Amino acid sequence: MQIDWREYESGEFYDELISSPGHPRKVSRNLAKYLASLSSEDIAARKHSAELAIKTMGISFTVYSEAGNIDRAWPFDIIPRVISQKEWKKTERGLTQRLAALNCFIDDIYNEQKIIKDKVLPAELLADSVNFRPECVGMKPAFGVWAHICGSDLIRDNDGSFYVLEDNLRVPSGVSYMMENRKVTKRVFPELFENHNILPVTEYPNQLFDTLAAISPRPLEFPEVVVLTPGIYNSAYFEHSYLAQQMGVELVEGSDLVVEDDHVFMRTINGLSRVDVIYRRIDDLFLDPEAFNPDSALGVPGLMRAWLKGNVAIANAPGAGVADDKVIYTFVPAMIKYYLGEEPILPNVPSYLCIDKKQRDHVLENLDKLVVKPANESGGYGMLIGPQSTKKEREEFAARIKASPRNYMAQPLIALSTNPIIDSKNAEPRHVDLRPFVLQGRTSSVTAGGLTRVAMRKGSYVVNSSQGGGSQDTWIVAEEDK
Amino acid sequence: MLSRVAERVYWMGRYMERCENVARLVDVNTKLLLDLPRGVSVGWGTLVDISGGSDFYRRDLDSADERAVMRFLLADMNNPSSLMSSITYARENARITREILPSEVYTLVNDLYLYLKDRFPKGAARGERQALLEEVIEKVQQFTGMLAGCMSHNDAYSFLRLGRNLERADMTSRIVDVGTSRILTKALEETEANEPFENILWMSVLRSLSGYQMYRQHVLDRVNAEDVVMFLVQDSLFPRSVAHCLSELSEAFDRLPNSDNAQRVLASVRRQLKTADILQLIESGLHEYIDSIQSSIGEVHSEIADTWFLPQVQVTQ
Repeated sequence: MQIDWREYESGEFYDELISSPGHPRKVSRNLAKYLASLSSEDIAARKHSAELAIKTMGISFTVYSEAGNIDRAWPFDIIPRVISQKEWKKTERGLTQRLAALNCFIDDIYNEQKIIKDKVLPAELLADSVNFRPECVGMKPAFGVWAHICGSDLIRDNDGSFYVLEDNLRVPSGVSYMMENRKVTKRVFPELFENHNILPVTEYPNQLFDTLAAISPRPLEFPEVVVLTPGIYNSAYFEHSYLAQQMGVELVEGSDLVVEDDHVFMRTINGLSRVDVIYRRIDDLFLDPEAFNPDSALGVPGLMRAWLKGNVAIANAPGAGVADDKVIYTFVPAMIKYYLGEEPILPNVPSYLCIDKKQRDHVLENLDKLVVKPANESGGYGMLIGPQSTKKEREEFAARIKASPRNYMAQPLIALSTNPIIDSKNAEPRHVDLRPFVLQGRTSSVTAGGLTRVAMRKGSYVVNSSQGGGSQDTWIVAEEDK
Repeated sequence: MLSRVAERVYWMGRYMERCENVARLVDVNTKLLLDLPRGVSVGWGTLVDISGGSDFYRRDLDSADERAVMRFLLADMNNPSSLMSSITYARENARITREILPSEVYTLVNDLYLYLKDRFPKGAARGERQALLEEVIEKVQQFTGMLAGCMSHNDAYSFLRLGRNLERADMTSRIVDVGTSRILTKALEETEANEPFENILWMSVLRSLSGYQMYRQHVLDRVNAEDVVMFLVQDSLFPRSVAHCLSELSEAFDRLPNSDNAQRVLASVRRQLKTADILQLIESGLHEYIDSIQSSIGEVHSEIADTWFLPQVQVTQ
């Protein structure tokens, strides 16, 4: 049996590969044809070889609920998700614009707070923000950039256009999987790469290093850049190690660093050695037990002092998470207009703020239709998906919303587009989103595509890797003129 | 290089080498079994003792049988020196240091781990054991070769080399201990015509260290206790001899910063080794001498840890 695209139906949903049953999109035509030419034994063999490659390459991800298993193999589906280069160029511009505005916002919030004085953002939103760090007020990081690395989640609605679902400005992960997915796909389908003009994704580590080196307090050609990890029990440890390896820098844990005289050093076999830039993969509150959580064993005592004195750069800067808040998110289009004087290129998903009484009432009346999100969670934790919820869950959420309206927002259940996955040898549509990674330092750049996350279960909208979602290679393909 | 990473790399070198050496230790006994005369059998409990694992062996050592000891040495995760424990720790350390290793190295270690995990405890049965042990030895040799051929000979490489050679020196001394006959339940002297069996014993020891041919080329005499022990302990050219491993340590020390103290401790161990009168020791108690080599090697390890892993950090103000 072979894949027959005429029998592949995604129903009402926008499908990334086909425009209607039997009709692949222009950029996907070669891929669809090729997949349909494979026998089911062939497909099973390729699937097996991908699984084997992932296992032996040690591409892993930790799911916290699986006790004892700290490195589960990365869930991957062999069918790529294809996006045309033309569409991607526009998306890239939109992402760069968005991060530029977000950085203006963070810098403003920790300094003049013009956006509040000009009444674009209500002051009480900031007052209640759990990610606002008073310790950071008055800080002026290089280039006015606080969030150097941003992972924005994009989804495609039934109308076929991209919407920004959220901006991850704290410690977004996934970029290593984007690169490893490409490696695996090249092993599994080498012949496809001969016939397609697919943009490479390998530039990211260089761009990341350049971004980090540019913010070094000492203007060195090769400043000492380190990746700070919480350690092997963290779900994204694979990525921390991968990025350090790819950039050729040290992967450090908090205990490797020491602050002396407001400068940061690492403990090496030669003694202490000065550190210039820390790419931290630890949350703000664990960074420095002197400034934040005194119980944190992951952090470095005195790190905040060294940073505030300008003796070390930290990416993303402490406090950058103030903009990674699902309530602040709803103001991003307004920020783009306010700071950049431009129209937003990428739209937000329409949202209701529970802090506003009228909108809150709407949310409470329509809990069974909406998706309710807490302002400060990530990884899909603590959400209510209305149409799939029980009455008891809705009652619990209603109580929580009433107790702290600032901490909740709601969105209509946006239809996620679908892409085929191989499910028992046949192609089946599954919902996907996309997480591109945006860098900003002295200059800006966007990954070619990003990490496509896919819900492996039929009908499911949960794509988060921490909740058992899978992933697919993402291709930005130049459209051929025919 | 970070002190923490140096320590991890060193232990990865040790654990990988330990995998190979546990395989060799088990191998020598398996081979020995086949050649022993009737009435003489292997004391399995002694093997546990030689491996250094008697503190972790929960059952009665004197009544230990082949099955239980093989399980303990190969598959038991409660024995920190078992093959399975060693590969698990080696992999854990490789995982933590993978950003400084050639990526093929992690793949190899991970592969070996998955291979063993799939086969235990079944692989401890005598029928499959030989193939499994050979596979382990081959993979660790490949690991060593890959590092020598693909990794820059930088500080991290020096720490790997330290770990490998320290572990190897220790294990060679343990395997020599097998030859001291404590392994046999009935003393060879009591059996008639003991000499051929003593030779069998020493030949198995040499073979398990892949040293039989090298020994023959070097010694030009038939296998006998004195020459074999001298060869495995004092020979400077055979790569698994204790003396050679210690000279490797010295070379690796030379490439590292602040190595004077470690070099000093090592020099004293090497001096003791060179001046030992093996013939005399075979008469008076080789086993005790081998124990003393092992504790000296332990001192070298402590000095390595003190020098590089727990640095007395001096801050330049």
